[in-house]
Amino acid sequence: MAKLSEEQEMLRDMAQNWVRGESPIGAWRKQRDADTAAGYDSAVYGEMAAMGWTGITIAEAHGGSDFGWMSLGLVVEECAKTLTASPLVACAIAARAISLGGSDEQQAKYLPAIASGELVAALAVDEGPRHDPAAITTKVTGGKITGTKAFVAEGDSAGLFVVAAADGLYLVENGAGVTKSRRQMVDHRSHAELCFDGAAADKLAGGGDGLLDRVLDHARILTAAEMLGMSQQAFDQTLEYLKQRVQFDRILASFQALQHRMADLFGDIELTRSAVEAGLSALDSMGDNGDLGQIAAIAKARANDCLHRMSREMVQLHGGIGMTDEFDAGFYLKRARPLEAAWGNSSFLRDRFARLGGY
Amino acid sequence: MASLAEPSPSAEALDAFRVEARDWIAAHFPPALKGVDLSRSALEGPSDKSAEKEAWRIAMGEKGWGTPTWPQRYGGGGLSDAEARVLQQELARAGASNPIGGMGVMMFGPTLLEFGSEEQKLEHIPRICRAEVRWCQGYSEPNAGSDLANLQCFAEDKGDHYIVNGQKTWTSGGQWADKCFALVRTDKSKKQGGISFLLIDMDAPGVEVKPIKMISGLSPFCETFFTNVAVPKTNRVGDEGQGWTIGKRLLQHERTNISGGNRMGGGVSLSELAKACVGTDAEGRIADGELRARIAKLEMDGRTFAATAMRVAQEGGVSVASSILKINGTKLMQERSELLIDILGMQGLGWEGEGFTEEQIEAVRVWLFGKATTIYGGSTEIQTNIVAKRILGMPDMG
Ligand SMILES: Cc1cc2nc3c(=O)[nH]c(=O)nc-3n(C[C@H](O)[C@H](O)[C@H](O)COP(=O)(O)OP(=O)(O)OC[C@H]3O[C@@H](n4cnc5c(N)ncnc54)[C@H](O)[C@@H]3O)c2cc1C
Repeated sequence: MAKLSEEQEMLRDMAQNWVRGESPIGAWRKQRDADTAAGYDSAVYGEMAAMGWTGITIAEAHGGSDFGWMSLGLVVEECAKTLTASPLVACAIAARAISLGGSDEQQAKYLPAIASGELVAALAVDEGPRHDPAAITTKVTGGKITGTKAFVAEGDSAGLFVVAAADGLYLVENGAGVTKSRRQMVDHRSHAELCFDGAAADKLAGGGDGLLDRVLDHARILTAAEMLGMSQQAFDQTLEYLKQRVQFDRILASFQALQHRMADLFGDIELTRSAVEAGLSALDSMGDNGDLGQIAAIAKARANDCLHRMSREMVQLHGGIGMTDEFDAGFYLKRARPLEAAWGNSSFLRDRFARLGGY
Repeated sequence: MASLAEPSPSAEALDAFRVEARDWIAAHFPPALKGVDLSRSALEGPSDKSAEKEAWRIAMGEKGWGTPTWPQRYGGGGLSDAEARVLQQELARAGASNPIGGMGVMMFGPTLLEFGSEEQKLEHIPRICRAEVRWCQGYSEPNAGSDLANLQCFAEDKGDHYIVNGQKTWTSGGQWADKCFALVRTDKSKKQGGISFLLIDMDAPGVEVKPIKMISGLSPFCETFFTNVAVPKTNRVGDEGQGWTIGKRLLQHERTNISGGNRMGGGVSLSELAKACVGTDAEGRIADGELRARIAKLEMDGRTFAATAMRVAQEGGVSVASSILKINGTKLMQERSELLIDILGMQGLGWEGEGFTEEQIEAVRVWLFGKATTIYGGSTEIQTNIVAKRILGMPDMG
């Protein structure tokens, strides 16, 4: 665990307590069963906003606390442990696009509303089922946007979209010229299809050519923090179970084969934690240059592989119980795959890492 | 192995049999069922019983070809292994799936043929051959999973019958089954040696099932409760206390079936799908090099697995090799499922509703259900222990 400041420790403890008390895994089960398009409870997001979490990475001038990405990562990780559903991650990413690329006016118009939790914003990049930021055909002519965006995270509840068009990022408000179609996915979260047909689009003109990449790198690192939290919880719960479940007159945890499995998974999660924390601190410390692209690729690819493995092991090591809907293991498995696919699966990220490395 | 003791049919005889099989299939197989997979119909809930499906089941059942190598005396096809392979090829050629399946065919039948009395075989085997009776497996209990011999469900001796009390769990198809082959305790003083193998009617008074929902959204298995269920002693297979030996043999059949050597090649072509979803480079190769390598590895491993399954079959029926087959076969099936949804990306993660094809939703459900294959029938870990102990002679630490 990275060395945290006193405030960061307080924030993490607060998040831990809130999640335990107010948002246990049972809350997610209820939300899943409610089966809404938004995929989260807006009252819960309101509570998060009241605690200031929605403004952690937004400048004080725009109503945030500018507390940084490491801090937000701590909160995201804790929330992910019980699969707390909210647009916290999506909003932080969209807000970042606005603060990196937006004019003073654009920032002043939207960031305070995102910081206060009133406005949900979402980044819309991919046009097909696989992450491919190089294949964007969405077009803007005369301030009107046309194109289709697939599987937009939190798209169902978002009032503002940061949309990647062929010539850069645009702000598009939900309204005339925007059609949303719900997609019911295995994780029961929001992944909407958006159809833009002449909606008003306002360009994020700043941030330079690399704006989309930088925003995506933020998305990759923050998503990796979410996946780390899930891996950690899946691991902790599995370890707990192995220490209780008795077969052959002894606890399963006493079998050396399982001890080695768990020890190996533990190491895997620790390595992932290092990669994720390196990513978060790079977001906090780096100016425009540096190898953020590679750092983000490492964090997300690591988190992908770690959670992929851990989500399977959680089911496997719980035996029959792990296969039941009544138990939680399935939730982690089902949330893991959409997150693995989001903003680049591992082969995409390894390819990106190599390209950035010049090979 | 049995087939070595049998006289192998001559090449001419096999050719003649091929013609016979082809003609018979042409005369009896309803063309409407071409390409329809019926292999799971016996495992799943009561599906639509179309007239075609019924006709095909009855034809195959009466001919005995759903269970081609089982003795004709009990309703099987009485074919040699070589003839059964020819039949298999001809069915595949016609796009015909075997409608006779389920736990009766896969595991219970072969076990009863080995250990049952003549009366028991005559009573049960013909009805399995005709798929008239659905069987379920009453082995696992809440505290007897991997440690199956810890089972507590008790059968009390009442002279000519037993009174059974206890709980089973994870009973696949329990809510649709007519009968259950169960392991029960008849002697509390011995662990393995106190177990007997009983056949219980699922509609007998005192049998109750509660379906359990799975992560895939379906409820294909149940908790099964026995409260003062009377079971005649004539429904015991083998001697009292012989249940463990019989039950283990049945598990070997189960493993060999779960490993599904013959199913590996089935389904969509991953490489074609990947080309369509990911695109190709100038040379026509899958554009994502890592994905391409993973698909190639899976296919190479799949062919290696098939060669192994074939070798095991030639070398000698069910055996400890069933553990090796199960470990590897289930691993490959899971990897295939993971690859399939990975290739489809977000499109391969639909749960229901608009925007997804039936096949895409099915792929997700299969992916989720498939996670069970490394757990049931003796988990991968338990199979690994069996290999270490029984094949390699590595001692138990105790
Ligand atoms: C979909 C499904 C269908 C099923 N259908 C049936 C059925 O029809 N009839 C029936 O009787 N049962 C059925 N089962 C039950 C199945 O056989 C058991 O789930 C299985 O035996 C594992 O037992 P368990 O669930 O109690 O897990 P546990 O035994 O508690 O095992 C938990 C984990 O610990 C591991 N483990 C256990 N012991 C060891 C050890 N010594 N060394 C290393 N690792 C170990 C296991 O491999 C597993 O990963 C079904 C299960 C599923 C999931």
